[in-house]
Amino acid sequence: MNEAQYDVIVVGGGPAGLAAALEAAKEGAGKVLILERNDELGGILNQCIHNGFGLHYFKEELTGPEYAARFIEKLADAGVEVLLGAMVLDISADKTVHAMSREKGYMLLRAKSIVLTMGCRERTRGAIAIPGDRPAGVFTAGAAQLYMNVEGYMVGKRVVILGSGDIGLIMARRMTLEGAKVLACVELMPYSNGLNRNIVQCLNDYDIPLYLSHTIVDIRGDKRVEQVVVAKVDEKRNPIPGTEITFDCDTVLLSVGLIPENELSRQAGVAIDRRTNGPIVYENMETSIPGVFASGNVVHVHDLVDFVTAESQRAGRAAARYARDGEPGGPCVLVENGNAVNYTVPQKIRTDNVDKLVEIFFRVNFVYTNMVIQISSGGEVLASFKRDHMAPGEMEKVAFPKALFPKIRDGKITVSVVKEEDAQ
Amino acid sequence: MTELICIVCPKGCHLRVDEENGFAVTGNGCPRGAAYGHKELTNPTRVLTSTVRVEGGTLRRASVKTNGELPKGRLFDAMRELDGVVLKAPVAIGDVVVENLLGLGVDLVATKNVPAR
Repeated sequence: MNEAQYDVIVVGGGPAGLAAALEAAKEGAGKVLILERNDELGGILNQCIHNGFGLHYFKEELTGPEYAARFIEKLADAGVEVLLGAMVLDISADKTVHAMSREKGYMLLRAKSIVLTMGCRERTRGAIAIPGDRPAGVFTAGAAQLYMNVEGYMVGKRVVILGSGDIGLIMARRMTLEGAKVLACVELMPYSNGLNRNIVQCLNDYDIPLYLSHTIVDIRGDKRVEQVVVAKVDEKRNPIPGTEITFDCDTVLLSVGLIPENELSRQAGVAIDRRTNGPIVYENMETSIPGVFASGNVVHVHDLVDFVTAESQRAGRAAARYARDGEPGGPCVLVENGNAVNYTVPQKIRTDNVDKLVEIFFRVNFVYTNMVIQISSGGEVLASFKRDHMAPGEMEKVAFPKALFPKIRDGKITVSVVKEEDAQ
Repeated sequence: MTELICIVCPKGCHLRVDEENGFAVTGNGCPRGAAYGHKELTNPTRVLTSTVRVEGGTLRRASVKTNGELPKGRLFDAMRELDGVVLKAPVAIGDVVVENLLGLGVDLVATKNVPAR
């Protein structure tokens, strides 16, 4: 049996894991290991060949593989160890990581602290229960992206896309450029969950129609998809009879949401937030288990990799500090969701562990204009932030200054979003 | 007056471009938005990203991009040009794959390191 001791073990070598490991090493952690189940580092970035990554972090526009390479290149100098083709099976309460790889066999790896960066997975046809036949030709958008961009296979010629998440939009353009006809992008909600720029440059640029408040009500086909029936939905998202449109197509791509991949976290006993499907985290991305941290899409699904990087650097820094100094103590404030707020990250703030300010990330539950974000406590508004435009597809961020912490009552703050005219 | 959504960055500002006043742009959050609004109505351009075949590498495809913008109307011509391209591993990020693509003054460059097998 292979056994080894590390300061920090990072589970997953995508953008979150890369940033966390590098930052842990920079913060002084001597032995840092990344465990990655794929044969290369970079995670989802490897198949995201489009550009637009890194505008915040590098101040330039990079493709996914280039963004990943910027971090991968630094690992050797930073002294970060990498184990590829390594599957983590279990993480026990004493922070022993059980993993195996073809090369090393079964490993027992002990860590002073652990960062969970497993990312997320796509929701599938099963998760949304689309009626109809079960022919070949129904893919999740990300799977189709992998086949096309990494393996080099064209997945279809006439395509209907369900869901208007960013991956679906990006694939609409990608398939069109490779010669497919994308007949429609169908979205259940009355608004798109993708970034505005992607609606413009992936759909509008290629005259691909976006059907809002529509869904797929039937998939027909014997061996391969032959037809898809789309119908308009009412306010309760039920299909309206008589509004059916039939598309002759051979392929359906699903871009219907992402779910943080937390099987390992749950197994380890990490407390999970039902709203994010990710670990409940403190201000430094520490989970409910002392010394176990989490960051990136495993915590909450991000729109921009730049924010994954920033969040993961926070986790990596904290993991290195924990390995050196142990647990930060002190009083803890709960962050509660107020009006129009679907979730917040972090969910808990240890006030003594905040330097100058704490950044709170959240999503709203609908599309709004001219709103004010309020952070309140004990009935008093402590901080307000104006926003012209808010949407569920755009993660929001506010910076809550430490100078206001003395005004917090009952150990709770509430983040809410109200109309400008209703703001105090 | 034309309303546009800016695609320069993920923020997606709602622009208004006044064609009758020298394509003056309002609603932009930064100078790049103003430049985009003007250009989008006069000469729209896009960066093209795709993949090309690789032989003898650890991967079958290398991702590529144009190192500048192409006229929007030439994107499909550029895609056809990429069809016949086959690279030999190793490929390094920044390697020029096609020089002066379609004579448009931009190069196609690799965006992925593909080591030799």
